[in-house]
Formats: sequence, C-alpha cells, structure tokens
Amino acid sequence: MSAMTLAIELAWWQQTVLRSVGMLVAVLIPAGTLVYVFLFKMMSFMQSRLGPMEAGPYGSMQLLAEVGKWIQKEDIVPWRADRKLFAMAPYIVVASVFLVLAAVPFGPDAWFTDLDVGIFYVLAVASISVIGILIAGWSSANKYSLLGGLRAAGQLIAYELPMVLAVVGVVIQAGTLNLQQIVAAQHEGEIFGFGGIGNPFIFTQLIGFFIFVVAMQAELAQAPFDMPIAESELVSGYMTEYSGMRFLLFFIAEFATAGAFAAVAATLFLGGWAVPGLPLDAGYMNVVGPIVVLVKIMLVSFLVFWVRFTYPRFREDQLQQLAWKVLIPLSLVNILATMALKVAF
Amino acid sequence: MTAITERQQLAYVDAQAADARVNVEVETDEGMVLNIGPQHPATHGTLRITAKLDGEQVVWADVVPGYMHRGYEKLTEVRTYPQVTTLINRIDWLGSFANEVPFILAAEQLMEIEAPPRAQAIRTILFEMARLANIVLFLGDLGVQLGAVTPAFFAFRDREHVLDQIESVTGGRFHPNFDRIGGLKDDLPKGWLADTKAVMSRIRGFCDEIETLLFGNEIFEARTRGVGVIPAEVALSYGLSGANLRASGVDWDLRRDGGTGLLHDQVDWKVWTHPDGDSFARCWVRLQETREATLMIDQLCDGLPGGPIMAKVPRIIKVPAGEAYVETENPLGAMGYYIVSKGDLGPFRVKIRSASFSNISVVPWLLKGVYVPDIITILASLYFILGDIDR
Repeated sequence: MSAMTLAIELAWWQQTVLRSVGMLVAVLIPAGTLVYVFLFKMMSFMQSRLGPMEAGPYGSMQLLAEVGKWIQKEDIVPWRADRKLFAMAPYIVVASVFLVLAAVPFGPDAWFTDLDVGIFYVLAVASISVIGILIAGWSSANKYSLLGGLRAAGQLIAYELPMVLAVVGVVIQAGTLNLQQIVAAQHEGEIFGFGGIGNPFIFTQLIGFFIFVVAMQAELAQAPFDMPIAESELVSGYMTEYSGMRFLLFFIAEFATAGAFAAVAATLFLGGWAVPGLPLDAGYMNVVGPIVVLVKIMLVSFLVFWVRFTYPRFREDQLQQLAWKVLIPLSLVNILATMALKVAF
Repeated sequence: MTAITERQQLAYVDAQAADARVNVEVETDEGMVLNIGPQHPATHGTLRITAKLDGEQVVWADVVPGYMHRGYEKLTEVRTYPQVTTLINRIDWLGSFANEVPFILAAEQLMEIEAPPRAQAIRTILFEMARLANIVLFLGDLGVQLGAVTPAFFAFRDREHVLDQIESVTGGRFHPNFDRIGGLKDDLPKGWLADTKAVMSRIRGFCDEIETLLFGNEIFEARTRGVGVIPAEVALSYGLSGANLRASGVDWDLRRDGGTGLLHDQVDWKVWTHPDGDSFARCWVRLQETREATLMIDQLCDGLPGGPIMAKVPRIIKVPAGEAYVETENPLGAMGYYIVSKGDLGPFRVKIRSASFSNISVVPWLLKGVYVPDIITILASLYFILGDIDR
C-alpha cells in the first residue's frame, strides 16, 4: 500500500491535520453511536420501554443534551482526595483509547500510523487505561473507589493474557503483526480453496474470536464482568467520586474503548475495512473503508452489549477462574492447533 | 460578632470529619471497615451494614437498623382503630394490604366479630395480590442486585397490572387502606374477576420468563448456590419466617398452619420448601410461591361467595378490653400484631412483629467469611423491605 493513492496529492502537514481530525472523529463517532444505538435504544427495547424520545427525532439528540448537562455540573473533588492524581486519571483512560485507535487502519491511506508491530502495540497500549483506573480508585479517598480500582486492576491484567493469546492465532495465520497486512491477508486469503469472500479469520479462528470477545468484554468492564463498577455493590466503583466533566470523560472512554476494541476485533477477525470483491488499493476505499469498519464495529459491539444487558455479574474469584482455568488453556490449545494446521497446509 | 477565620472553619470541619470517622468506622490493623449504607444502592432504603474486610473477605459484620424508624407502635396509641390501618399500610410498602389484615383480624378477635364469607374471600384475594405485588418486584430486583438490570423492568412492567387490579378495587395503588373491622370498605367492581384472571396468567408468564432469564443462568447459579447457607436450626433460632425459613427446609406456613380468618384452607395449594437453605433456595421458593399465589387467586375468584361484605359493626368502634395476638403469613414472612385494649376508641398498646426485622437478624451470622459481592447476594435473597425493619 503506497502512501499516495488518493486522487489529490496532499502535503505532509495536510495529511497530519487530516489524521488528527480523523482521530477525534474515529474516537467520538463510534462512541456516540454505541451510546445511542445500544445504551439508549437497544437496552430500552430489551427492557420493554422506549428510551429517550424527547430530544430530537426518536431521542437522537439525547447524547448532546447529556453532554451539555455534564459540562454544566459542578466539578466536585472530595476533600481528602489527591487532587492532582484525581484530575489526571480520566485523561489517562481517554488517552489509552486514542493510542489504541492510532494503529487501526480504516482504508488504504486512512490510517493514523502504519506500524509494523501494529497489533503488538495495540495490545500494549490498551492496558494503559488500567493505570488511569487504578489512579482514580486510589486518589478518590473512598473505600468503594479503592475496591473498584483494585478489582479493575486484577481483572484487566487477568484478561490481558487470553486476549493476547487469542490474537496470536491470527498473527500466525496472517504471518504478520502489521494490522494493514492482516487486513490484506484476510482479503486475499482463501477458505480451503474458496476465495469468494477472502478469508475473514472469524471462520478459521472461531475459538480465537470467541476468546477475544470474552476478554474484550472483561477489558471493557461490561456485565457480566463489571465488578470494577458493580453499582449494586460498590456504588459506582472507581468512578464513585467523579462528577461533571470528569465523569463524562470516563463515560466517553468506556464507550470509545468499546468502539476501539470492536474496531480491533473487526480488523483481526472480520476482514477490517476491506470489502470482498473490491480492490484493496482503490482511492475510494478510503471513504468506503471507514464506513465498513463502523458497520463491523456495530456488529461486534452488538454482541458485547447484548450480553451486557442480559447477564448477571460474576464474582471476583469466579472471574479469575474463568480467565485462568478456561480461557487461557483454551487459547493455548487454539495456538497449537493453528500452528499445526499452518504447517500442514 | 466575631469573624470565623478560614482556619477555624477548617479545624471545625476536621473535627467533624474525625468524629464521623470514629463513629462510622473503626480502622484497625486487621482490615478496613466498609460502611455499606445508610446511603447505598443495595440496601434499598436506609439500612446500614458495617463490615470489616480483609481484602474482599468479610471478617465481621453488623447490621445497624433504625435510620427510618417512624414510631408506628407509639403512633397507634393516639389513633382510633380504623385510623391505624392508614399507618400500618406503610410498614411493608410493597405489599401494603397484607399489613392491614393481621391487625384487623386481631381487632375482630377482640370484638368477637367475624367478617362475612364474601369479605373473607376478597380479603384473601387481596392478601395474595399484595404478595404478588411484593414478590414480583423481588424477582426483578434480584437481577439488579446481581448485576442484570433487565429483569427489573420486566418486573415493573408486569407488576403494574397487579397494582391496577388492586387500584380498581381499593382506589389505592400503594396504600389501599381498604380493610375494615368486620369486613371491607367496598365490593369488587364489575368485570374485575375476569381481568384478574388475565393478570394472573400474565404473572405466571412473568415467572416463566424470570425462571429462564435468571434461574437458568449459569452465572446466577454460580452466584447464589452455596452462598449464605442457613441450616434449619439456625433459621429457627434466629426467628426467621416466610420463604427464608421454608428455603431451609422447615415446612411451616401460617397460611396453612395458622388457622387465622383467611380462606387459605378452602383452596388447593402447596407449601414449597427447599432443602438447601442457600440464596438460590430462598429465591427459588419465592418464585414457586408467586406461581402458587396466582393459582390461589384463580381458585378464589372462581368460588367467590355472594352476600354482604360487611358484618354488623357499631358506627363508633370501641374494642372491649383484652389482649389479642394474630399472626399471618405476609409476603416477607410472619407478621403479627399484639393488641392490648382497655376498651377505648384506640388501642392501649400495639406490638408489631414484622418479618424483615427478625429476618435480617441472621445477617451478622451469615456474613462471616463471605466476599463483598456475596453480601449483596445474601441481602437480596433474604429480602427485606426497609419499612418492615424500621416500623
């Protein structure tokens, strides 16, 4: 993929500006869409109610109203809190989303950085949010926050491992760590000789996809893995003391992370921005690609939120058992099987 | 006027905070004291639980009730008998009508009046409907406590129809205030029986839905099975009653064994028990009882006798001197009123035995050694209404 397949030639600074603006859009558009479509509407329909209906047609402007409300709210810092850390925590969590999305490709040229170690980098920076959450939990001077922060740390570290191991299968199959090339490998691949739809790794790496989505659910702290927040036990976990703008940042981070992880899952398992039958290096793929990715983000997130709104929550020890006793052995078996098949075919 | 400096202000705040800390939590080397409540989403009300934690494990826990004590026992002494029902409606606010029944029965016992058969039957129907209004919400709330929000909305959706039925008879959705000494305030409205049967089948549908959505869920089972086990002898020694007792395998139900003035002996029903005594058993027994109550109401609606709904009672009710205690099987467990009358317009002394107060007394014993999430499971499965703890 050469850098310049766009119809118009862009200077380096113009590309940089475009990519920076694109980054904001790439973080906020999926987050907003997820909140409206899933949190507001799908959840409501599942619970036999309508959800927001007043702000805009079918409540579509509700999110703007909510954001306006949060911005206006008083910014409360608990008296005994560690002010600097307390203020810093939400930014760290949001920053990790930007860092994750930076490596995800949206088209032949619609990428933010094209790293050769793309997926390795993604998995590395994804865990930065843990630091933010731990800081939030510690600095709030609240026991519920502390418990929530520690739970989050334990959980996110436990589920990092199955996630990485699930990705290894994809990497073995694609033979590269570069996300752009993983997309290409899926587009050009064949499923046992049939190349009509390429080879989205969800078919050959079904177990890997399953493990990835479960681990993703846990990384996002969505039910049934929402112990860090656990509103019936820990009030709101590490977010208990946050209000106004800082809470908004956590809220955006929660859904933007969902979008970012879904984008990674779409890239790894669903063929990324490529469309079967369309050429990979066509200029118009820079426009079609992001839309394709957004659709795939919605598909993956649908799974995540469907489970979230249905299932009760695990207990901390049960969650650790699931990670260490089920998911990790399963993903190791998956890697071995992938290796054997890779050598055989 | 002396100006208060900022420093003095801070010192004052500091002192207040220190006081609060001393009162609220005693920090020791052994662990941290987590103060659950009085403001906490899981206590649905203002119950406070102090738990000393070692990591996530509870070393020691205690229940501190009383934040919503309204002094009903004392207030009844300055009211006439008909006025008392308004107050006691608010004890278990989810199944309000059931609160009135034992009091009225006790007063009737003192006055040696018996309500006509039709009044007794409608009383029993409304009594069981109060149970539905209460337990249906429990089944939904169970999900919320364990982290699944959706069942709560299903519960509110279907409970609405039960409340509608209660409202169309009594005029009150939450606090009917409908039971009278010697009978009932009004007769049933037209077409009520058919509507009620439709609602009952709807509630049975809800029970099936909850059974598949929650009780069949592996995570739900993992969270509740073996958590908070109460052996039968412990349950009896702590004075538990209702589903909490039956879930420990004790086959005791006042509707069958009490012999009070309700018509439960005229319908065909079953007392459900469960041998395990854990949180799952308590929830399961309640689910079965909800089904049983709908079937009971169906039968009562079919065989509703005719006749008056009010016995002959004097216009001004004076209860002869004496003492009476009547206990019924309310949604939360055994609820009783001990009335001491000196022959006045109002009672001389009323002692209210409410189920939740006794039921939560087992909490400190139960919470030893469990994890923080289990505190919530145990509280949810023991099922209390705060008004029923702090009368």
